Amino acid sequence: MEALVQQFFNFEIMARALPLVLTGLRQTIVLCLLVIPLGLAGGLMFALVSLARSRVVRWSMVVGIDFFRAIPPLVLLIFVYSGLPFAGIRLSPLTAVAVAFFLNTSSYYGEIYRAGIESVGGGQWDAARSTGLSARQTVVSVVLPQAVRNVLPDLVSNTVEVIKLTSIASVVALPELLYSADMARSITFNTSPIVLAAAIYLVVLWPIVRFVSRLERRIAW
Amino acid sequence: MQAWSRFVEAFFNWALVKQYAPTILKGAITTIEIALAVVVTGIVLGFALAVARTWRILPINVIIVAFVDVLRALPPLVLVLLVFFGLPNVGVNLPSFAVLWIVLSFVLAAFAEEIFWAGILSVPKGQWEAARSTGFSFFATLSYIVLPQAVRLTVPPITNRTVAITKNTALGTVIGVPEILNQATTAQSFAGNATPLMMGAVAYVVLFIPVVAFGRWIETRFAWRRA
Repeated sequence: MEALVQQFFNFEIMARALPLVLTGLRQTIVLCLLVIPLGLAGGLMFALVSLARSRVVRWSMVVGIDFFRAIPPLVLLIFVYSGLPFAGIRLSPLTAVAVAFFLNTSSYYGEIYRAGIESVGGGQWDAARSTGLSARQTVVSVVLPQAVRNVLPDLVSNTVEVIKLTSIASVVALPELLYSADMARSITFNTSPIVLAAAIYLVVLWPIVRFVSRLERRIAW
Repeated sequence: MQAWSRFVEAFFNWALVKQYAPTILKGAITTIEIALAVVVTGIVLGFALAVARTWRILPINVIIVAFVDVLRALPPLVLVLLVFFGLPNVGVNLPSFAVLWIVLSFVLAAFAEEIFWAGILSVPKGQWEAARSTGFSFFATLSYIVLPQAVRLTVPPITNRTVAITKNTALGTVIGVPEILNQATTAQSFAGNATPLMMGAVAYVVLFIPVVAFGRWIETRFAWRRA
């Protein structure tokens, strides 16, 4: 028991690691502010293109989205970061993370938006068009607001997944929260810094996880 | 044209494909083994926890909810590193594949519990009362009346979550589990060429496209059959 506390909850080591871990937290926040808007925008783009009348465009979107949903994000990230240099494209860790996350999270957000758009009845389209709104106005002011409201729990819960996913940026040596904590672990030979990082993730994400559970129950049933 | 042939040389070098095919295949088998183990233990454990929660014994439920919330809020990679580097220092030595299996099973169990529990709650209370008053025992009510209705609703979300979590087997590369990604990156650094990595990516697509497509099919099949 003593050893367990020493190994996982050593407050002295946590206090020493805190400044480093907080620098990591700042990087994680910056990363989230970069990849979440990118993914939300990319997903919306994917979903809107999927509305195209041309069957070829629609099917290639399905194939593209399924492709990026089938590849584990870590594989995509390592491919972008350490594979592309062989093609002469060398990206910084941050750019590599941004590119890989854009492809992965846009596909997931895109699927969510698509489900939302499908949940808006055809009558809404017809009604909006017959009052004289253009196709673009119909999408922007009639369909999307309802679509987003219908899939809000999924959007929030996917965002939680994206925040959690930023931890894989540590693998390409981007000094975010997990990377800093793991560095502190390797210096101190003690697991407490990772427990500290876990505690930070928990403090930030637990309220959102709870919130999503409640949101889901209220809307679905 | 020269740029094109250099690109092909770097990503689709046929000699390297032949050389490393057995390695990547070995990785694929490891990935499949761990993924299957995770799916079975994760879903069974999640289901058991959801059923245990129907007894409504307060201390047990508090523990279950805490377990579920913590595992849903923490990034799996954090848990993997925590268990992998933490346990040996307190005298528990687990091989890396076991660490990956345990962590991912627990994560899947947490998500599955939440989904099954939502399914159980969605069955109207009258169903319980009607069954109990016709003389069904608690367990008979649960297994003949409530669960059959509850489980149907949970198929699409469980499928999607399972797919997402089995893809996390790639995280095993960080602690040296010899799965596809690990074999591919090792081979890449030996070969000084991106072909093995490309093969790894292809292996994932071949493995997971059918699973993702199946998830999509399940979703449309079960979508509008909510009780």
